[in-house]
Amino acid sequence: MTIVDTRTPNPKYFIKGATGDWEMVLGLEVHAQVTSESKLFSGSSTEFGQPPNNNVSFVDAAMPGMLPVINEECVRQAVRTGLGLKAQINKRSIFDRKNYFYPDLPQGYQISQFQDPIVGEGKIYLDMGEEGEVEIGVERLHLEQDAGKSIHDQHPNMSFVDLNRSGVALMEIVSKPDLRCSDEAKAYINKLRTILRYLGTCDGNMEQGSMRADINVSVRRPGGEFGTRCEIKNVNSVRFAGQAIEFEARRQIDILEDGGEIDQETRLFDPKTGETRSMRSKEEAHDYRYFPCPDLLPLEFDDAFIEELAKDLPELPDEKRARFINDFGLTAYDASVLVADRESATYYEAVANGRDGKLAANWVINELFGRLNKEDVAVVDSPVSAKQLGGIVDLISKGDISGKIAKDLFEIVWTEGGDPAAIVEERGMKQVTDTGAIEKIVDEIIAGNPDQVAKAQDNPKLVGWFVGQVMKASQGKANPQAVNEILKAKLGL
Amino acid sequence: MSVDADTVKRIGRLARIKIEDGDVDKLKDELNTILDFVEQLSEVNVEGVEAMTSVAPMALRRREDAVTDGGYPDKIVANSPISEDNFFMVPKVVE
Repeated sequence: MTIVDTRTPNPKYFIKGATGDWEMVLGLEVHAQVTSESKLFSGSSTEFGQPPNNNVSFVDAAMPGMLPVINEECVRQAVRTGLGLKAQINKRSIFDRKNYFYPDLPQGYQISQFQDPIVGEGKIYLDMGEEGEVEIGVERLHLEQDAGKSIHDQHPNMSFVDLNRSGVALMEIVSKPDLRCSDEAKAYINKLRTILRYLGTCDGNMEQGSMRADINVSVRRPGGEFGTRCEIKNVNSVRFAGQAIEFEARRQIDILEDGGEIDQETRLFDPKTGETRSMRSKEEAHDYRYFPCPDLLPLEFDDAFIEELAKDLPELPDEKRARFINDFGLTAYDASVLVADRESATYYEAVANGRDGKLAANWVINELFGRLNKEDVAVVDSPVSAKQLGGIVDLISKGDISGKIAKDLFEIVWTEGGDPAAIVEERGMKQVTDTGAIEKIVDEIIAGNPDQVAKAQDNPKLVGWFVGQVMKASQGKANPQAVNEILKAKLGL
Repeated sequence: MSVDADTVKRIGRLARIKIEDGDVDKLKDELNTILDFVEQLSEVNVEGVEAMTSVAPMALRRREDAVTDGGYPDKIVANSPISEDNFFMVPKVVE
């Protein structure tokens, strides 16, 4: 395969070495568990956290004579994902056997797709803040079986094998080597996760192992020839991915600068030490002797099958983000935060519809998300519903309450619930916009503080002191804008 | 196409089959005889002929996504030489 370098070296990403600058080249293989009830080639359950070997059929345990029958929903999920990645869908794909020995692989081979995957080239766009938008190529997506799980720490000289995962459908999504720093790799994993979750094709739960990444790392002189790569296996969190990449790139640079060579090999990341270590030698690891699986015919479908799936695809994060920027006048940053997951976007839209989109975004992002994060509550479980938050935004927009009072109101709705408008009415939280009432307070304060008046007339910035006094006297209910105007007029500023 | 002694040993290692040094030559000859036999196929002109994937003109059978199997861990581990709590137990494999 010829590798095309699609990127222009960015000095911000360079790594300083003793002999000059270096640049990382990264490619990711993400294994995403397909959301389905049953396994790829058998009718046993995919449910997480079941007792050992409970979700196992004779097919999954590779008993003699058992034959695989493909799960149609897994095919649909792979096609949906391909469509979501704007990728080429291959109407004919082939299953191959990837042969290797391991106790948690009872077949002695993994059914996978080698030369003819179900999905071909696609792309993922990353929003890298100041660096702008970065396009990362997707090389391919193929369907394959997961292996079982080995547990090594239960017994001094035995390993325990649980085949519950054996045969669960995975999508392996392979990026092109287009990533150039750990931040991009992290953004790529996050974005891919967001897309999969929007599509409902993978739950993206990295803690439960529904998404794992193999990371290919190499270093080179900026813009130079590609170096030899090492593959870091099974990284199961975004943070670990960042740590593993940083460690591995530095390790390779140190070897090269000492005049050494990089061995192409598979490495493991140890979260405890933050280091990667060699796992197994290359020739053993990569001699998989692929050949077409004689138990399965080619997987074929027509355009109608694809169109049917395309028709029901949800709005994806990139499109939603563009629409939020256009329709609600949001900044790119706010829009990105809001579309990061589908539930947040849905919540925001419910608040923003028919209201001031920017004001709604401020309240959703700063107040609601801030509070949800602090209390570790998911947006779908928010004690303040979108309707209630919409009600608060309405009261602010109408000038019934100030921003400050609105925060108190938010607190009340969060802890006690209730209709925001009714609460404001019942508890007398309405803002005083009646200029006569405000003027009366202002007059009293001016009369009672001649020294401050003189100072403020010398230094107009001190008007803030008066604003504070008026707000205090009105228990925060005076309209700040009206207070400012009246004060300035009365103090002759 | 033919195999040499090193390839024979490597194939053995990949398949986890122990091959004694004394057996390598014999196996090499056997494998080469098989390969020579299969090699006859290259005499056939297959220009423009698509690879045959099935002897019957049929499409890949698919099934609905429903849980119809599993739930019998005791049967799954029944033939395991050693098991505990329905886990298979194997000699420690850790890298």
